[in-house]
Amino acid sequence: MLIVLRKPASSPEQIDQVVFYEKPFLKFERLLETYLAFAPRGFRSFALSMPAWIKDKLFQKSVLTKALSNALGKTIDWQSRLLFSQHHLSHAASAFYPSPFERAAVLTLDGVGEWTTSSLAVGQGRRLKILKEIHFPHSLGLLYSAFTYYTGFKVNSGEYKVMGLAPYGKPRYADLITEHLVDVADDGSFQLDMRYFDYATGLTMTTKHFHQLFGGPPRPPEAEISQREMDLAASVQKVTEDIVLKLARSIRSQTGEKNLCLAGGVALNCVANGLLARENLFDNIWVQPAAGDAGGALGAALAVWHLHLDGQRPKLALSDRMQGSYLGPAFSDEDASTALNTCGGIFTRYSESELLTHVTTALSAGKAIGWMQGRMEFGPRALGNRP
Amino acid sequence: MAFLKELLAFLRARKKLWLAPIILIMVALGGLMILAEGSVLAPFIYTLF
Repeated sequence: MLIVLRKPASSPEQIDQVVFYEKPFLKFERLLETYLAFAPRGFRSFALSMPAWIKDKLFQKSVLTKALSNALGKTIDWQSRLLFSQHHLSHAASAFYPSPFERAAVLTLDGVGEWTTSSLAVGQGRRLKILKEIHFPHSLGLLYSAFTYYTGFKVNSGEYKVMGLAPYGKPRYADLITEHLVDVADDGSFQLDMRYFDYATGLTMTTKHFHQLFGGPPRPPEAEISQREMDLAASVQKVTEDIVLKLARSIRSQTGEKNLCLAGGVALNCVANGLLARENLFDNIWVQPAAGDAGGALGAALAVWHLHLDGQRPKLALSDRMQGSYLGPAFSDEDASTALNTCGGIFTRYSESELLTHVTTALSAGKAIGWMQGRMEFGPRALGNRP
Repeated sequence: MAFLKELLAFLRARKKLWLAPIILIMVALGGLMILAEGSVLAPFIYTLF
């Protein structure tokens, strides 16, 4: 918000609403009911997670109001301007509203929001309606994260490594996954067998049944990667792709929509997205570049504008509402010079040809270069402005 | 007070008033524990918790 307010002639008074991308009460309801359903199993996880809720998260509204007052001014009634959007509505809005489509089906696939892990919505003009949902603990994102954990990577950030590892392996375990872990219906909806997963109430992702099924304990982080991990990665990637394709097929026939928008963490799986595009199930596919939770903030803001304030969508053919995803801050030569001076660095201005000569010489000598130009990319996408 | 009103409105809308005593007891006991201990741990997998 501070970066947005850096624009000339903008002030905090011009902010009509502030929106948070999920509903804390609804998430707390899910946690509490899950712990009650599994009790007494999960007590350790309960005892570890509850203090953060009781201290801060349950009081998100007052925490945010206080933070806004401190950062942007105490004279504005921030509480009355603060809204909360549902997690998957935020994702769906982030996928549909910036897309170039007047109408589209919207598929969100995620770890978990409040209760929802996957949703199907249909957008038309400024309207967006969620039609179907799959609820926790049945989650495609968390199935993938379970394998991320099992192959020794960090949950919620190492998934791209599993995707990158997949082409080095063979999907030897794919049948085992579909026979034991996940039951996929004809329409692509799915249910997980929770005997194999610990995430609902535990402190890890997988149980001893999972380890027995795949023949050993999880790979310790930083241990050597073997063919087994590559095969596991290929297997979960294959199952994920099959589920995404099945879901897409059923969405096409159920909604009759010709365009599909995607968001949610699983939509960062560009290999599955590429396969989906090549299958030609839809005339057009549009994926929110910041498909993870960061993009939820953007979607929540768009949902407030279009659904709450009845704001019109701009002429679709004429606009790129993601602005190429270059939505982050930009810095001038003066900003760079000041920042370097304060930390003892040296700022030198070169012409473009001098700069390119310096950079190519340094790269040929095996040196690392940091490159900054224009506005920073929004979302986990390297598009050339901050390599 | 505003928090309690909002929480009750939420539970009523969700038809889950039965959760109210559990939440209130937890908040009261948890508040005391946090005051005694001073800090809380960061959640381990943030999307889940």
